[in-house]
Amino acid sequence: MMNVHRFIVLSRSFGVGKRLLAGRVRHVGREATLLQLRRSFKTHSRNLAFAKDLFLGQVNKAEVFPYPEIGNEELEEINQLVAPVERFFSEDVDSAKIDRDAKIPPETLNGLKELGLFGIMVPEEYGGLGLSNTMYARLAEIISLDGSIAVTLAAHQAIGLKGILIAGNEAQKQKYLPKLSSGEHIAAFCLTEPGSGSDAASIQTRATLSEDGKHYLLNGSKIWISNGGMADIMTVFARTEVDVDGEKKDKISAFIVERAFGGVTSGKPEDKLGIRGSNTCEVSFDNVPVPLENVIGEVGGGFKIAMNILNSGRFSMGSSSAGMIKKLIELTSEYAASRKQFNKSLSEFGMIQEKFAMMALNAFVMESMAYLTAGMMDKPGLPDCSLEAAMVKVFSSEGGWICVSEALQVLGGLGYTKNYPFERYVRDCRILPIFEGTNEILRMYIALTGMQYAGKVLTGKIKEMKKGNIVMAMGMVGKKLRTSLGGSVDLGLTGKDGVVHPSLADSAKKLEQNVSLFGSTVESLLYRYGKTIVDEQLILKRVADVLIHLYAMTAVLSRASRSISIGLRNHDHEVLLANTFCSEAFFKNNYWMVQLQKHSPENNDANIKKIAKEVLENRAYICSHPLERTY
Amino acid sequence: MSGRVLVGVKRVIDYAVKIRVKPDNSGVVTDGVKHSMNPFCEIAVEEAVKLKEKKLIKEVVAVSCGPQQSQETIRTALAMGADRGIHVEVAGKDYETLGPLQVSKIMAALAKKEDAQLIILGKQAIDDDCNQTGQMTAALLDWPQGTFASEVSLDGDKVKVVREIDGGLETIKISTPAVLTADLRLNTPRYATLPNIMKAKKKKIANVKPADLGVDLTSRLEVLKVEEPPQRQAGVKVETVEDLVGKLKETGRI
Repeated sequence: MMNVHRFIVLSRSFGVGKRLLAGRVRHVGREATLLQLRRSFKTHSRNLAFAKDLFLGQVNKAEVFPYPEIGNEELEEINQLVAPVERFFSEDVDSAKIDRDAKIPPETLNGLKELGLFGIMVPEEYGGLGLSNTMYARLAEIISLDGSIAVTLAAHQAIGLKGILIAGNEAQKQKYLPKLSSGEHIAAFCLTEPGSGSDAASIQTRATLSEDGKHYLLNGSKIWISNGGMADIMTVFARTEVDVDGEKKDKISAFIVERAFGGVTSGKPEDKLGIRGSNTCEVSFDNVPVPLENVIGEVGGGFKIAMNILNSGRFSMGSSSAGMIKKLIELTSEYAASRKQFNKSLSEFGMIQEKFAMMALNAFVMESMAYLTAGMMDKPGLPDCSLEAAMVKVFSSEGGWICVSEALQVLGGLGYTKNYPFERYVRDCRILPIFEGTNEILRMYIALTGMQYAGKVLTGKIKEMKKGNIVMAMGMVGKKLRTSLGGSVDLGLTGKDGVVHPSLADSAKKLEQNVSLFGSTVESLLYRYGKTIVDEQLILKRVADVLIHLYAMTAVLSRASRSISIGLRNHDHEVLLANTFCSEAFFKNNYWMVQLQKHSPENNDANIKKIAKEVLENRAYICSHPLERTY
Repeated sequence: MSGRVLVGVKRVIDYAVKIRVKPDNSGVVTDGVKHSMNPFCEIAVEEAVKLKEKKLIKEVVAVSCGPQQSQETIRTALAMGADRGIHVEVAGKDYETLGPLQVSKIMAALAKKEDAQLIILGKQAIDDDCNQTGQMTAALLDWPQGTFASEVSLDGDKVKVVREIDGGLETIKISTPAVLTADLRLNTPRYATLPNIMKAKKKKIANVKPADLGVDLTSRLEVLKVEEPPQRQAGVKVETVEDLVGKLKETGRI
């Protein structure tokens, strides 16, 4: 049978692909490094959460329906905690001044410390507030009102001290966490170097064992370190020599480094476009003695820890962007309602209305995704939601950037001046697609992680077929026939036992269609490219974009279903937002998937690469000037 | 002396919210609107907590009269440093007609029950602006009162109160037990920090019904109508002082 033959070819290309993806860090670059990392997490048996099954054309309903809920007590607690923080930010934080002076005043920092905002997720026994991911996301909505403060706090606790929290031993936690939670000590995360940004595995900072074997000597320098100028405790990543089966290898280890150890110098603060109040600088280590007991986790296990740390903090960008956009909607709509031109207020014009709808839609989607992800992360068993978190980050950073720009546009010339906060919001938001993993890297991570999973599952199925598992073979053939004959897709989201509310049924059907097509698209891509898919960034970009939108659609449908079912205020508006977003996303997804088909005329990738090649070779724009003559 | 201070805290619409009148003019829209502790009540709580920190009194008890949500307000007081709370349950129609007379009866009854040395209240609530509860409570208990306090100092069994009055500042000395009402400049209330909010979860809030205190909640007032203030009319510019005088005489102002 044709189909079986195809799958056997596919499995063979997979065998090769797996070997290549596994080893050879040097040859295949950072994407493979990430994959290698995923494998060392035991991804095949580990409980990766929801998104991976989308690559197989399946919706793992139980993971995302119903929308995560918190208990009444917890909700009351969150509301209580939110009140003083909101008040502090509206009364005691002068964002304009922080931006002007490029500094957060000590009184403001003290206020934040006293409020308890330096140890939000640290367990109570170590002096923190012991809050869940969901609560952290809720507080992030308010803290994001000032970009510099948000980044300072995040650099301190979402990444700076996170290593101790998730991978430190009891002694380390007891020693360091209490002072870090109170804010007496500030933390920083030191991974990036001048030569190693996205390619984090290539860092050169080195930690060599001392003569007496009691401590490591740390040498090297890091750049772009948030809180680098004022941190007392730093999580530093450096290469160490380890013994692997008798062979000496260079692996990355994570260290808790105190400025007090001596040999640590901070450069002058970077003069940045935005988040100017956040301290960013170079940090150099000159023979810094780090005691053995300050290694976090195992020697050689540092890279894994670094990725875990980064993965665990990303999801909150969804709620912080949503919080900011909600604020912008308030500020901007005041203006749009009162400003009149052509005898009408701005809010009566279509193009202005569109901007508000876009802001509302974006805030809705970001919130839905962020709290869905946080809810999943808070489930017992600590599922790995790194894929979902990465998707939230990509969507929220880009959505936030666009919304902030459009909000400024509504105010026209006024928005362009420093008299209004919009230009500061724009400058502060520009960092979002860059830090915490550039969106380009995250798209690669999203696409490749999923494709690797899909590939493995498909290979597994093929093995079963080869063993003679007729049922499996028939199942696959049947599925192929159904999709190629254009039958309707039913993944159980709608209908009698459907998890989506009837008023969202149309959107749910669109999601199901997209997911099913996505599954086949992924399959055919794997077949077409096999191992070389790692190099096809433009393909993977579309795969990631589709997946992000599928997750977004799932999140809004889940949230809106719950809102209707329990009768939340304004749930009709939510239905409107959900349906509108799904309709737009459905169209975009289809367009991208069409471009992913073989020999798709809508796909200009070959041309794009050609243009880029010619431009980059010449390092300039190469067209002759339009006014040139040849005679 | 028991060393116990009762502080009254009222849950009101947050000061920053834009108030809207209900279409039937029966009152103000409260559904889904942000509420918080009356600012003057915050100042009262802060003063009580300060006295406790100076070890001049032993216990601060926060009291609120209202529906279920009043408990949130009590929790905020607990997070600011009060030791325990008393929630006097008043809901529905009774809550709509609850006013200074009823609250002062409740406070008086509680003061006797709890053997309070001091009652500290905000000078007025920002929703009704009555400025009556403190005075009525003192009258019902036949206790001295120090109202519009901008400075309070305890001295044995006497209290020295500096009051803000129209003519300036008036200093009085009254004996305890007494009722004080807090004015704006008495202190700057602290933030309820998140760690303190977490600690406050462990503090107790007792539930009491007005009937248990023998208080009759019937109101002597009936609200006929609630309206928005009239829209501000545009002003008129005049060229000279004579014009101004002329216009004022015209409209009968002088």
